[in-house]
Amino acid sequence: MPALKVDNLAKTFTLKKPLFGAAPAGVRAVRPMSFQVETGETLGVVGESGCGKSTLARMLVGLLDASEGTIEIEGKALDNADPAKFGKLIQYVFQDPNSSLNPRKTIRQVMEAPLKRLYRMPRSEREARVSQIFASVNLREEFLERYPHEFSGGQAQRIGIARALAANPRIIVLDEPVSALDVSVQAQVLNLLADLKTEFGLTYLFITHDLAVVEAVSDRIMVLYFGSVVEIGDAKRIFANPRHPYTKLLAESAPVVGRPLTAPEQKGTELPDPLKPPPGCAFAGRCPNATDLCRTQEPELEPVGEDQLAACHHPIQD
Amino acid sequence: MTAFLKLLFRNRLAALGAVVLSVILILVLLTPVLPLQNPDITATADRFQKPFTEGHLLGTDHLGRDLLSRLLHGTRLSLAVGIAAALIAATIGSAIGIVAGYFGGRADNIIMRGVDMLMAFPYILLALAIVAALGPGLMNALIAVAAVNVPFFARNIRGITVGLAGREFIDAARLAGMGHIRIILTELLPNVLPVIIIAMSTTVGWMILETAGLSFLGLGSQPPQADLGSMLGEARSALISHPHTSVVPGIMIFLIVMSINLLGDGVRDALDPRLRSGALSRPRAMTLVERKGEVPAPTDDLLAIQDLQTQFHVGGRVYRAVGGVSLSVKQGECLGVIGESGSGKSVTALSVMGLVASPPGVITGGAVRFQGEDLIGASYESLRQKRGDRVAYIFQDPLSTLHPLYRVGRQLSEAIQSHHDIPKADAQARAVQLLRDVRIPNAEARVDNYPHELSGGMRQRVGIAMALANEPDVIIADEPTTALDVTVQAQILSLLDDLRRERGLAIIFITHDFGVVAQLCDRIAVMYAGRIVEEGPTSSVLEAPAHPYTKRLIACVPELGGGQRELAAIPGLPPLVDDLPPGCAFAPRCEKAQDTCRTSEVMLKGDTSRAVRCHYPEEAV
Repeated sequence: MPALKVDNLAKTFTLKKPLFGAAPAGVRAVRPMSFQVETGETLGVVGESGCGKSTLARMLVGLLDASEGTIEIEGKALDNADPAKFGKLIQYVFQDPNSSLNPRKTIRQVMEAPLKRLYRMPRSEREARVSQIFASVNLREEFLERYPHEFSGGQAQRIGIARALAANPRIIVLDEPVSALDVSVQAQVLNLLADLKTEFGLTYLFITHDLAVVEAVSDRIMVLYFGSVVEIGDAKRIFANPRHPYTKLLAESAPVVGRPLTAPEQKGTELPDPLKPPPGCAFAGRCPNATDLCRTQEPELEPVGEDQLAACHHPIQD
Repeated sequence: MTAFLKLLFRNRLAALGAVVLSVILILVLLTPVLPLQNPDITATADRFQKPFTEGHLLGTDHLGRDLLSRLLHGTRLSLAVGIAAALIAATIGSAIGIVAGYFGGRADNIIMRGVDMLMAFPYILLALAIVAALGPGLMNALIAVAAVNVPFFARNIRGITVGLAGREFIDAARLAGMGHIRIILTELLPNVLPVIIIAMSTTVGWMILETAGLSFLGLGSQPPQADLGSMLGEARSALISHPHTSVVPGIMIFLIVMSINLLGDGVRDALDPRLRSGALSRPRAMTLVERKGEVPAPTDDLLAIQDLQTQFHVGGRVYRAVGGVSLSVKQGECLGVIGESGSGKSVTALSVMGLVASPPGVITGGAVRFQGEDLIGASYESLRQKRGDRVAYIFQDPLSTLHPLYRVGRQLSEAIQSHHDIPKADAQARAVQLLRDVRIPNAEARVDNYPHELSGGMRQRVGIAMALANEPDVIIADEPTTALDVTVQAQILSLLDDLRRERGLAIIFITHDFGVVAQLCDRIAVMYAGRIVEEGPTSSVLEAPAHPYTKRLIACVPELGGGQRELAAIPGLPPLVDDLPPGCAFAPRCEKAQDTCRTSEVMLKGDTSRAVRCHYPEEAV
């Protein structure tokens, strides 16, 4: 049984009806997408701004109601968006560690909130649990009485991770957990996440825009573009052997030491207008191999090669 | 709390207000026990006694009542009503504001339109209407004044709440299983409380005035009960013949409102976080220079930063953000400055043109020479002429550096016209050409766009176009691609590279990304804790890093193509620049550190082409 099963999950943000005329169609931030994450697996989710990765994450933890589709965690369907119901099963680590901690609460208050509200734990049990978690994330217990502004970004992110762990979830959604951190601290946090995964038997959904980071932590990687999954594949191969032209573009754009500077082949950098999405493939406007078929018909996610899936009419072959 | 009081009383006017207000408060609190005459006993024989007459220190009014006694009792009443009205208005208004701001959407719309309706009436008319409906009386005046002021609090607090409700810690609270009421009470309220207090402290005086106004019109306190407004109202008929009857309550109202307002302003300033950090709200036009020691001699580089020292003086602490940095670029050269946050790379860049905010920034040593001329000692006028003209900047976030209310073309032509006296039409044509130069498609149309109409990549192109506007010799780019997507970043980098080759631009490129540096820069300098720890040609630094910090920093950055793996992290944190260790700043995190590293200062060894600041370098330089 997969830890997380998402079936046709979609989110359309409705727009205000103008004074005259019919209501516009709405912005499809996440187009119907289905995927599974096995227990103990890390699924990396990559995409650029506007690809719907944060909307997807917020739906998965129940902060946002899905417009369509279902979320199943360990076989149990979660249909209503109620963070309190989701909280025990799936937790969230925010991008900006400082803004995710209430500046006027001590770390102990922050850490105890999920234990109090989700588990109704008595005081003594809460204290024991908080100490245990703090030990796992290598934080000193004296930090518990301090306020968030006294911590550096790396420490605050550890606290954010500790808070997510406190709820004892099965799955943690990590939304750009290291992109606000310095590189030397980033490695500490990534290694900590890997250790915690083994220690607590967790399943991760790791959302980022940094290809090198996602490759270093993930088992499988899912590439999003304009609200749709364009490619899913094994982390070891997906960037070395991309099937979708967008994945190829991403891999070639990432700055790599020793690779000469050339702007990769693409026609433009603009995303399609979300209010007027083009028919067919959303990437067609930037794609060097686009044909008339691409501009009229939306491609389905189909297996290409052994274990990769790509949504492309003309996938890149070996 | 003590820090707050200290800050509050540093403001002399606020201190004066506090003293006057506390004297008045003590007096009115003691009123019942003071040996005063009964304020309501009339003695028509003694009417209109002058002040300082026997038995009546402030004289008597038109019914022969003792003015001092009436004044103190009246002040007591006016203050009580004013403060009560402020508390009621603040409580109700803030509750409305928080609820509207937190729930948003339809609830917000309905509540705020109701509040707008209240605000559509002139306040005195509304208060009159309320009193007319409820009947005159002090209690009803209080209700009226409170009701009239509810919208002020509701709007203020709603604005703050909307900003807070979108913050991630509110989401985190929901994920921790908290309900709406608990989130409002324990997450939002503590954060809006300072704003409520500020709003209250600045409006109490106003509410006392409004209550007095209603009493003056005979709608508040009813005779014989005295409050400041009714005393004024009763004295009105004798304004010319016996002015003291109106002057006495008038002065009291003046003192109360003045002292409350002075104190309120002080409270606001002391609670404002920007002021609390010690920075004034308006920095100077150029960084303060307090150079000690000798100014280094000129070199033949295009731009040379020589032993630059920039500090921040906040309170009693000194943050050595830049502790003696020397860098130089020649024409057509690209120098990468790499470092983590707090390493001083941005402050170094901003010091070049005196753009570090002062206070708290101070340049305390060294020189910046542009074509041999020292910019640190230069006058503001000469610096202003070079800013953007000879040395231009590109910043990280183009959305915050472009003015949101002007079209990009106008901003570009303004940048040109501030340095060159050319007609507007020419400047506009040049703006279009610049947009073309940075490969913005359809430049003729784009020139009329507002910044928010452009995508992030397009905006950064406009930022680059603006830096190029006056054909500068040097461009300082401070993390210009960090906020951009990778596919856009690749294009911006290759654009910068082309421009540099076409125009012989010198670029100082500040970043934390080794991949970017490797692709764009000829030479790189690595900064740590305000100093350069290693410098050299890009390939040699990246392939054979000599400083342990550089080596380990490179090792902890994941590289594409490496697969799933454990990363080599550097334990610990960079030191704070107000508390640097005596020897090498990296020693506490370095596994090769010896006793000499922890005690003795390390110099940058080597020449300008390859240098390292380490006693035990990884590679000989």
